[in-house]
Amino acid sequence: MLTDPAPTASGALPAAGLRRTRLAASWSSPRVRLAVLGGVVLVLTAGYLVTDVPGSLAFALRIRGLTVVAMLVVATAVGVSTVVFHTITQNRILTPSIMGFDAFYVLISTLIVFSAGSAAFLASDQFTLWLVQVVVMVGFSVLLFTWLFGGKRRSIHLMLLVGIVLGTFFRSFTEWMQRMLDPLDFQVLSDAMFASLTRPDETLLALTAGLVALGCAIIVPLLRTLDVLTLGEPAAVGLGVDHKRVVVVLFVGVSVMIAASTALVGPILFFGLIVANLAYSYVGSFRHVRTLPAAVLIGMVCLLGGQLVLERLLGFGGTLSTVVDFAGGLFFLHLVLRRGAR
Amino acid sequence: MIALEKVTKRYGGQAVVDDVSIAFGGEGVTALIGPNGAGKSTLFGLVGRLLRADVGRITVDGMDVGSTPSSELAKVLAVLRQDNHIAARLTVHDLVEFGRFPHSRGRLTLHDREHIENAIGYLELDAYRDRFLDELSGGQRQRAFVAMVLAQDTRYVLLDEPLNNLDLRHMTEIMRLVRRMADELGKRVVVVLHDINFAATYSDRIVAMRNGIVVADASAREVMRPDVLAAVYDTPVDVREIDGKPVALYYG
Repeated sequence: MLTDPAPTASGALPAAGLRRTRLAASWSSPRVRLAVLGGVVLVLTAGYLVTDVPGSLAFALRIRGLTVVAMLVVATAVGVSTVVFHTITQNRILTPSIMGFDAFYVLISTLIVFSAGSAAFLASDQFTLWLVQVVVMVGFSVLLFTWLFGGKRRSIHLMLLVGIVLGTFFRSFTEWMQRMLDPLDFQVLSDAMFASLTRPDETLLALTAGLVALGCAIIVPLLRTLDVLTLGEPAAVGLGVDHKRVVVVLFVGVSVMIAASTALVGPILFFGLIVANLAYSYVGSFRHVRTLPAAVLIGMVCLLGGQLVLERLLGFGGTLSTVVDFAGGLFFLHLVLRRGAR
Repeated sequence: MIALEKVTKRYGGQAVVDDVSIAFGGEGVTALIGPNGAGKSTLFGLVGRLLRADVGRITVDGMDVGSTPSSELAKVLAVLRQDNHIAARLTVHDLVEFGRFPHSRGRLTLHDREHIENAIGYLELDAYRDRFLDELSGGQRQRAFVAMVLAQDTRYVLLDEPLNNLDLRHMTEIMRLVRRMADELGKRVVVVLHDINFAATYSDRIVAMRNGIVVADASAREVMRPDVLAAVYDTPVDVREIDGKPVALYYG
């Protein structure tokens, strides 16, 4: 908000006052806030890439560069899909994981270890595994979606409910299989269940980046329509939005992005909840032109910052998703409690 | 005109709108009255393409609601539903801006901004333009939503129970505004009302529904009769003349 500087008696003060006011005014502009966030991401990236290099800088840059790209891909997939999912469902404490993406990922991995053993799981072709994961996750979510939203019933809430129930079913089934595993197999499996962003397979990273870019290409032309969807279905329809078609298109975009990135790094969707909500309060605008980039950038800050803490401070004393989930859990509680208080 | 031809909408076998043929939306204000569950909101949902009719055809100025692109209809027909819950925090100005979406697809031109300013001015919301909706009183909020509908600049304006949860003063305020929109701006307003005295005072034509069918469709004076109202609401209603205006008494 632009406010005029208060008139002062002395001659020297107004300039400083004016500057401060301008600064305050520009800080409240979402565009400036985004630029600041972008700067922070650049600084963190540089910090991650070039500090604490043990050997050849070129080698470190290559390896770490891949990690940064993986982070960008994941931050984009998770940030964008969570914000879009929030808008579609008109609910800001959900994540797309409610549709069972994470549960499916764990289920498939467990099935492989259960039926073929951990040796086969470790030796299995990464590409095939990734492809199977992606196809099954997209297939399942689109099936669920067309069944419960595309048909006559058209209820987003029914779809979510069925998603929760099926997700729980898959999780219990997974758990049952895990109980029967050899402890060694189980260890290999649980290792694979924590999201890991370091040393991604280059081919898979490229493929995932491609799919995430595809998802963005689907969603970006609909940015302004997404703004209208925040008003809810009745108002959006009244304003000439073909609600059903738009939601189907958005949902397909979200599924593709989420499936690809989960298949690449593992379950990390909870993180989307933190990122999206931080983005809303940080930019202070409901417009998706602002909230989507903000969510991606905040995702980058969390991932880069988390990785820096993990690698440089804790000396790899855990996995990134542990840090993210712990911080995320606290933040989630805060969100729920604050909502309850209102 | 908004024309319904033999329109039926069923929920689980029960017809909520039952073979209705009617044309409304002529000049001035049309009030749609009737008891709860009469099918008023369903009728609005059908016209506003939120629901699809099981049988029949609905046209707005000759455009078939089922086959005309939604974005085209949004330029001639604006609908304000009851219960407008919004998850995001919007300011009054943000909300009114949305009214221009059918015309600009989100890229506002100078012309769009003019419409937005006019709508905000018309509803006397200048002082509140940067307030968030959740910081407004019920009456101010309702006015903000009406401003959005006004900015949409459509020939027809459908308001579904705009007086819900408003006090006396704000109810009259909204109804005066509806009247002015019709008289000064030439809007054809159709409004669902529960208070029949408001309907009688501010509308040119009253359409009464009951059990999914239209049971009365006439001028305010003709509908404001004890026998007609008692049949519509299934409850005794007395009508007295006060200062030459019919006033319904249904208390006690």
